[in-house]
Amino acid sequence: MMQIMEGSHAISEIVKLCRPDLISAYPITPQTHIVERLAEIVADGDLDADYLTVDSEFSALSACVGASAAGSRVYSATSSQGLILMSEVCFNASGMRLPIVMSIANRALGAPLSIWNDQQDSISMRDSGWFQLYAEDVQEMADLHILAYRAAEDHDVLLPAFVCFDGFILSHTYEPVDIPTQEETDAFLPPFRPYQRLDANNPISMGMYATPDYYHEFRYEMDQAMIRAGESLKKYGAEFAEYFGRDYSSPVESYRMDDADIAIVALGSICGTIKDAIDEMRESGQKVGLAKIRTFRPFPRDEIISALNGVSEVAVLEKNISFGSAMKGAVGLEIKEALDNKGIPVFSFVAGLGGRDLRKKDIKNIAGLARDGKGDIFYGLREELL
Amino acid sequence: MAEKTCELMDCGHRACGGCGPAIAAKLILKGTGENAIVVASTGCMEVFSTPYPETAWKVPWIHSLFENASAVASGIESSLRRQGRDEKVVCICGDGATFDIGMICISGAFERGHDFTYICYDNEAYMNTGIQRSGATPYDASTTTSPAGKRSFGNSRPKKDMPQILAAHGAPYVATASIAYPNDLVKKVEKAVNTEGPCYLQVHTPCCTGWGFDGSKTMEIGKMAIESGLWVNFEMENGDISKAKKVKRKPVDDYLKMQKRFAHLFKPAINSEEIAKIQTIADTNAMEYGIDL
Repeated sequence: MMQIMEGSHAISEIVKLCRPDLISAYPITPQTHIVERLAEIVADGDLDADYLTVDSEFSALSACVGASAAGSRVYSATSSQGLILMSEVCFNASGMRLPIVMSIANRALGAPLSIWNDQQDSISMRDSGWFQLYAEDVQEMADLHILAYRAAEDHDVLLPAFVCFDGFILSHTYEPVDIPTQEETDAFLPPFRPYQRLDANNPISMGMYATPDYYHEFRYEMDQAMIRAGESLKKYGAEFAEYFGRDYSSPVESYRMDDADIAIVALGSICGTIKDAIDEMRESGQKVGLAKIRTFRPFPRDEIISALNGVSEVAVLEKNISFGSAMKGAVGLEIKEALDNKGIPVFSFVAGLGGRDLRKKDIKNIAGLARDGKGDIFYGLREELL
Repeated sequence: MAEKTCELMDCGHRACGGCGPAIAAKLILKGTGENAIVVASTGCMEVFSTPYPETAWKVPWIHSLFENASAVASGIESSLRRQGRDEKVVCICGDGATFDIGMICISGAFERGHDFTYICYDNEAYMNTGIQRSGATPYDASTTTSPAGKRSFGNSRPKKDMPQILAAHGAPYVATASIAYPNDLVKKVEKAVNTEGPCYLQVHTPCCTGWGFDGSKTMEIGKMAIESGLWVNFEMENGDISKAKKVKRKPVDDYLKMQKRFAHLFKPAINSEEIAKIQTIADTNAMEYGIDL
């Protein structure tokens, strides 16, 4: 049913529909509204789940590891410092192949302390073995949670998932959103069927240590699983479209790319602004398009190559910084690698860090800079502060 | 030919001959029985018992990280309860994982009141990484990070009082035990796992490698720790000491002399001043717990 909802509350409603057995989270801005509403939902008996109020994000995800290993569907949500505090558990959960789903309200990392949005937190966890989805709007952000559970729990995948969305920009914004019914959700998302679990009737050891004779292959298997996660997301994305009428089957979404000369590549809520800016640039005859990355891990290399085929310049707008990297942004590096040998220049624009606002004029400037062969820069620096 | 074993902690693991923690694991599982799920921390026991693809554990066992066993156990306990299952959830973790790096997770799990038992196998230092001091290392013990030297008598701080800390969390049952008193240990494990709520058991597990004694002396050392009054076996129910093992005490010298970690107190000359301080620790224990016969 279509309703006007705050983004965070839309996630709470969707998580309820996914029927987790355990919700375990620690408060951090701007994730709090999600878990507060879930606490109310549990307190009212509208969701039969355990809600653990833990001592830290570290314990929050550790409890999820335990419950998932024992055979339960689990949920957590965090942001920024909380995610980084969890990082040791993140690497552990993926190594143990536990299909945990976690919301990431993207927020900058300190120092300096900032509660505002960029994507440094989840991008920094790029190599943690979780697949990463990025949402453009509240509807997509809500939907991707259902899709994430379906793909994560696929026995061909068994990897945990981040559903990432820009803190405040999406988490605290009211938008019309279609929340499916419980029956509709159940039809798409079957109950959790663990591949294996802790069980006294069938004792197994989990999380053992591996010598050099074995470790290497475990990591290889994880990489293979990550590749299969990409296939699984496409398959279930197409199925999702049949059930709910919204299509997330492609990890890359193209907007006005058919005849584009300049392509902008981006992740998250900025894609909405970019689409509006592109419409205006198109009106003045500039052939600009957008390739929106929905799945950052596994990286959709083939789809990126296909989406960017035939353009003359690529501008990657990204809210993260890989300090000391020649291209500045972590996403730009991968786009450049994908387009290696294609002769298409790729420019990274680090922009909007720590919540710095990005407007249509900024998008137009970035497109212009790329056209002039300029990039791999911090965009929008206040020179007077330097 | 290897005999078929009916122990839940199987033979063939890679612990040192005379390893106190290995004896503890075997005894703990006698107390839990097979309807238990063990949550381990990173450490000696994890490493000697689970080199992939082998495992010594005949009960379900999980290791996640060094410091999060009690948080993992919280999730398992919650999951089991929701599935209507009745396995006992038991953490078995070293003293580093318990006294130091795992404190926040333990405190959280006890405060939340999960129905689980946390057992610390206390060998009084980080043995897996090469005998570094922990919050459980006793006064004056020489370790690789608290070495005795020209200006040092070894570890300069007394052992942290974990049982009291967890009793202060409102734990219904807190106890200490020793592998040197196997029946007492098994009974305490049985009691802990059958008491509702978060229970804590701290087990003295002499480490031949880390403490410096022959592997044939493990039980003897454990007994002497009790007889010296430096280790007290007691039980606390709802915050009150309900029972403590009484002994005819021997001087602490008898215990200290058996171990290389205290050798600097006797060679090249007997350090009466430091030994007297350790004797005071034992005397205080004796008074506090009323253990003198």
